[in-house]
Order: sequence, then C-alpha cells, then structure tokens
Amino acid sequence: MRVALFITCVNDTLFPGTGKAVVSLLRRLGCDVDFPAAQTCCGQMHVNTGYRTEGVRLARHFTEVFAGYDAVVAPSGSCAAMVREQYPKLARPGSKGAAAIAEVVPKVYELSEFLIDVLKVEDVGAYFPHRVTYHPTCHSLRGLRLGDRPTRLLQHVRGLELVPLPEAEECCGFGGTFAVKNPAVSAAMGADKTRSILDTGAEVLCAADNSCLMHIGGTLSRQKTGVRTMHLAEILASTEEAQ
Amino acid sequence: MSATFLGMPGNFPKNAEKAVQNSQLRFNLRKATHTIRGKRASVVGELPDWQELRAAGKAIKDHTLRNLDRYLVQMEEAVTRAGGTVHWARDAAEANRIVADLVKATGETEVVKVKSMATQEINLNDALAAEGITAYETDLAELIVQLGDDFPSHILVPAIHRNRSEIREIFLEKMPKVPDNLTDDPPALAEAARLHLRERFLKSKVAISGANFMVAETGTLVVLESEGNGRMCLTLPRTLISVVGIEKLLPSWRDLEVFLQLLPRSSTGERMNPYTSMWTGAVEGQDFHLVLLDNGRTDVLADEVGRQALRCIRCSACLNVCPVYERAGGHAYGSVYPGPIGAILTPQLRGMGSDLDASLPYASSLCGACYEVCPVAIDIPEVLVDLRAKAPHAAAERAGMKVAGWIFNDHTRLAKAQRVATRLRKLVPKRLPGPLSAWTDTRDIPDIPEESFRDWWERNERA
Repeated sequence: MRVALFITCVNDTLFPGTGKAVVSLLRRLGCDVDFPAAQTCCGQMHVNTGYRTEGVRLARHFTEVFAGYDAVVAPSGSCAAMVREQYPKLARPGSKGAAAIAEVVPKVYELSEFLIDVLKVEDVGAYFPHRVTYHPTCHSLRGLRLGDRPTRLLQHVRGLELVPLPEAEECCGFGGTFAVKNPAVSAAMGADKTRSILDTGAEVLCAADNSCLMHIGGTLSRQKTGVRTMHLAEILASTEEAQ
Repeated sequence: MSATFLGMPGNFPKNAEKAVQNSQLRFNLRKATHTIRGKRASVVGELPDWQELRAAGKAIKDHTLRNLDRYLVQMEEAVTRAGGTVHWARDAAEANRIVADLVKATGETEVVKVKSMATQEINLNDALAAEGITAYETDLAELIVQLGDDFPSHILVPAIHRNRSEIREIFLEKMPKVPDNLTDDPPALAEAARLHLRERFLKSKVAISGANFMVAETGTLVVLESEGNGRMCLTLPRTLISVVGIEKLLPSWRDLEVFLQLLPRSSTGERMNPYTSMWTGAVEGQDFHLVLLDNGRTDVLADEVGRQALRCIRCSACLNVCPVYERAGGHAYGSVYPGPIGAILTPQLRGMGSDLDASLPYASSLCGACYEVCPVAIDIPEVLVDLRAKAPHAAAERAGMKVAGWIFNDHTRLAKAQRVATRLRKLVPKRLPGPLSAWTDTRDIPDIPEESFRDWWERNERA
C-alpha cells in the first residue's frame, strides 16, 4: 500500500521524532511510506483564527500534494480533523476545489484510525515498560470520534501499564491561537489538566496531538513535575531492541 | 436599580483574566456546572431516541426559521383572534417604548416580571425606570441579581456566581422586612424570598413576561419554570405584557412536544420541568399584549452559517460543559447571553463594532463540547470560526499571519525558515517577547530540534 505521510507543520518543525516514529512503525507493518516533499501546513491555524483566504490557499495546496495516494496518514487528530471536517466547507459546491477535496478527504486518516481500520492491527509489536496515561485531545475525541482506538493500541503494548486519566474529556486549554489570545483561561485549563495527570501517578502522558502535548508538556515542565509527554506514534514505534 | 451590559468596557480576555483570579468564583462555578452537567448527562442518557429528538428539534426550528414571515403573521392573527394585541418591535428602543407606553396607560408605576432574557437583552428595566416605573424581578435568581445590583451570569442560573452566604448578605441589606436572624440555609433564604415576592404578586396590577415558545397555529405562549413564580405573574395581574424574540416560534402543538422533552433535560437535568404555563390571548378580566422583538434577529437569519444560532432554546447546556465559561464566568462575556451560545449570538445581534464583541468569537478553544450537548445541534464551533473570519484583526496579527501564510505556501520557504530556527535554536530565550510572552508566562517552550523532519527525510531517504 502506497501511504503518504502528512507530517504536519508542527511535527515537521518541532517534533521530528514523531515523524520518524510513524515511518518506522508503518514500515514495520509492511507499508510503503512516502513523504511528499511539497507538503506544508493544513491551514488550520489560519482558518481557525479568521484568515480564510490563506487557509483556502493552503487547503488547495494540500489537495494538490496528496492527490494520487492510496492513503494519507497524519500523526495528528487535530490536523486530520481539519482536513476531514473543515475542508469540505471551504470550497464552493460544484467547484474544481470541491471535487479535489472530495477526492482526497476520504483517504486522510489519523494514525490510530489507519492502524485499526485500514491495516486491521491492534498489536503493533511495541514494547514500552512504563506507566502511561492517555489524554484524548478534543479533535480526536469529538471531531474524528477516534473512540477507544488509541487506548486499544496502547493496551496491546507489552510492558505498558495504562492508567485512566480523570476528567480525560476536558479540553487541555491549548486551542491553537486560543493559548495566546486568551492566556489566562488557557493557563487555568492547563493547570487543571496537569493536576489530573499528576493524580494518576503516570510517568508519561500520551496523546495523538503534539500541539496539545506542547501546551500540556510546557506546563508540566514549568511546574517541574518530571512527567514526560509522548506522542502515541513514539510509544507504538518503541520496541524491545530500541529500549 | 438594575445593572446594564450596554457599553461594558474591556474585552473577553481582560475580563476573563480578572475572573480567573477570583478563586471563590472559580469554586462556585466549577461546583455548579459540574453538578448540573452530571444531571443532564444522566437524564439524557435515559432516552434511547435522544439523537432523533435532537434532529427533530433542529429540523422543526430550521423549517420555522425558513418560513418565519408566514408563521409570524399566523401567530399575530391567532393572538388577535383570541383577544390579545400584537406589537412589532424592530429594535430595543422600539420595544422599550411600546412596553413603557402600555404600562403608563394602566396608570401603574410598579410591575412584576417573570424571568425574561429578551427584556434583559433590551435593558427594559432601565428604560422603565427612566419613565418612573419600577420593575421587580420575581425569578429567585433574577431577584438576587437585581437586589445585588449585579449582572446575570448564566442563562438558567443567573446568580450562579453567588454562594449562599453572599445571597444572605444581599437579602439582609436590600430586602425590606427580612428577619434579622436569617441564616444562609437555602430553605430559609427561599422562604424569605417567597414572603417578599408574595406581597409583590398580590399588589401588582401589571406583569411582564417572556416566553420559551410561541405556537403559531393557536397563538399560544409557553413558559417553562421551576418555582411557580412565573405562573403567579402570568395569572394575577390585570395586564400582561409578553416580550418575545421572533425566533421563539413553533408552527404547532405537535412540534412543542419535542421541545418539552429537549429543554428540561438539557437545561435543569430534569425529566420534566415543575411548571409549564400556557396562555392564549386574553383571559377574562385581563389585557394581553405580545411584543414581537426583532433587535437584530432578521440580520442573523440572513447569515447562511450564523443563522443556526436562532435555533437556540436557551437551555444553557453549552455553558455548563464549556471549559472556558467554567473559568471565565458569565460576566466576562458582557452580555445577557454568556458562554458558547453568547459568543456566537451576541456578536451577531450587536455586530462586532466594540472591542468586547469582536473578542467574543475567540472566547473558545473550539473543543466542541458545546456542539455535542446542544439539543438543537447548533454547530457552535462552526459559527465561531465563521465569525472569526468576519472579525476585525489587529495589524500586527494580520502581518504575522500573512508572513506565516507566505512561508507555508511553498515548502522550500518552510524548509528555509526551519533551518533558520535550527541555527538560532540556542539563542531562543526562555521568555518570549510580545504576544508570545503569553505562552512563556506559564509554560516552557519546546526545544527546537537540530534537524527538521523534512531535512532528516531528505538526508536519509533521497540520498
């Protein structure tokens, strides 16, 4: 299967380790992974902040770059949700753009969806001997409706102890530019989220979105808690040999 | 004595920053919203056909809004046939003038009110006060807000920001004939309010109400409430004036059935509300006036994306699940409509001319919890994003977004920008300047990696 990796601009620039993990994970599972070099950003930041023109341009760019692949896999619930939920609203019905979006959108998967729904695997052969709690980010939870897919994958990881996160479904307060536009509320939400995480006694907080993890992890780090954040892909890519 | 939201200074982030620092407020809000949130979830979970009901509610409202002109005329005819008088008000000033004239015609200088958001929206109490007419709120929470010279901060529980000891103090200070030994026990507070209100009901000749729904086929108005004070207001006075937003219309009684299920479960977390009062035109010995209020609603109706906000039945479920409302409180929204629905309704009704109104579409992390609980499936995040595209943007932000858009438009530019960031990675300060300082005030920034993913791929895969 010819799979295109949509790394996302945040991962590309700040969290390349997540991209490397997706590549090694998908290859281990027999996929032919390609990274279309012309890709940039899905346009979420622009659209959600009110810069529709720029967002539409980036959506057009995305559909051009990813046309012709069997599947596009994104290690980000938020960017996958942007493409799936918002792209269809960006183009005029009946336009060329709308046709391009209709062509590409059904092939875009968030990582855990691709593993479970397309590759039909739950045990990806990972090993990670740590106490982990999972935060279902808002766009994974309510946008993509990932349900228990990520935790099913984590439950099959050898050595991993998965502990439930209290009030898991509460937003962490990142919200893209919300974190900068409403800093006080965002920080208050982040503080409540880190309190829930500390209550679990977990060593690692896992999620399917590095942008939320950047906000939560930045808060955990400022509070000097010692709790690490890791993207789902990094835990799933981890093996006994790599430990 | 009533406070007004009009011309409120500041903007949402500034208002919220103050509220977040008030630990008592945060405690009160968290406790109240989480309690009601849990109740809602459990009674909604009881109904296997909730999603079908929700879809029906949405469809009925959409159908009504599409044919609003026709149903409004039908409503007017039915009310007139039943002996009532219908008045049309384009805006707040017109509505206030109509109501003030109607009250003056009775010769009375005091009126009782059953909780009505529409009259709060148009600031009726102040308009009446300017004409020498005193309006007394009779909903317990509205009474607390009014006596405390305060603003409502929640759709269903206007005094949600107050705890019982604060309420006791307000009663002792502002309520005439209140017993000196009043405790902060809720039944004692309720009893004090009951005695106070009973006197008002028996004395008042004029009442002003809102309505949760209007049924066009019969001209019937419907109020759902918990205390019975509304029913006292509706039946005892000689003159009843109802001020109702034009979007509150439903075509028929069959449609009402859907909403009598959706509203109480979404709102108070009850299977059924304690009091449902319905009235059609004028009963014997009573004068009935219906003021149909537009005040920006037809403009909202004209907006393809934003019009879904008019489906709102004011249940407050979106407030109770909203993480932003929970921390910022209702006052931060500077409107009678706080929370997620307020963030989309207020800037549409008032326009985004003020700092406050322009900041409201951003008063959300777009977490989507509001959409999930909305009983009429208003896609609040969708409307927020649409409003953000229409909101004015600061010049510095516009410039930054343009540059970012330019970089993202071409991967070679992105790669260059990433390499610059990599080269400067050791120089990035722990505290960032300008608007980005909001990030580093409470969070550490991630380390910039030695190499971007695309450069790593290029080096490993293309080599």
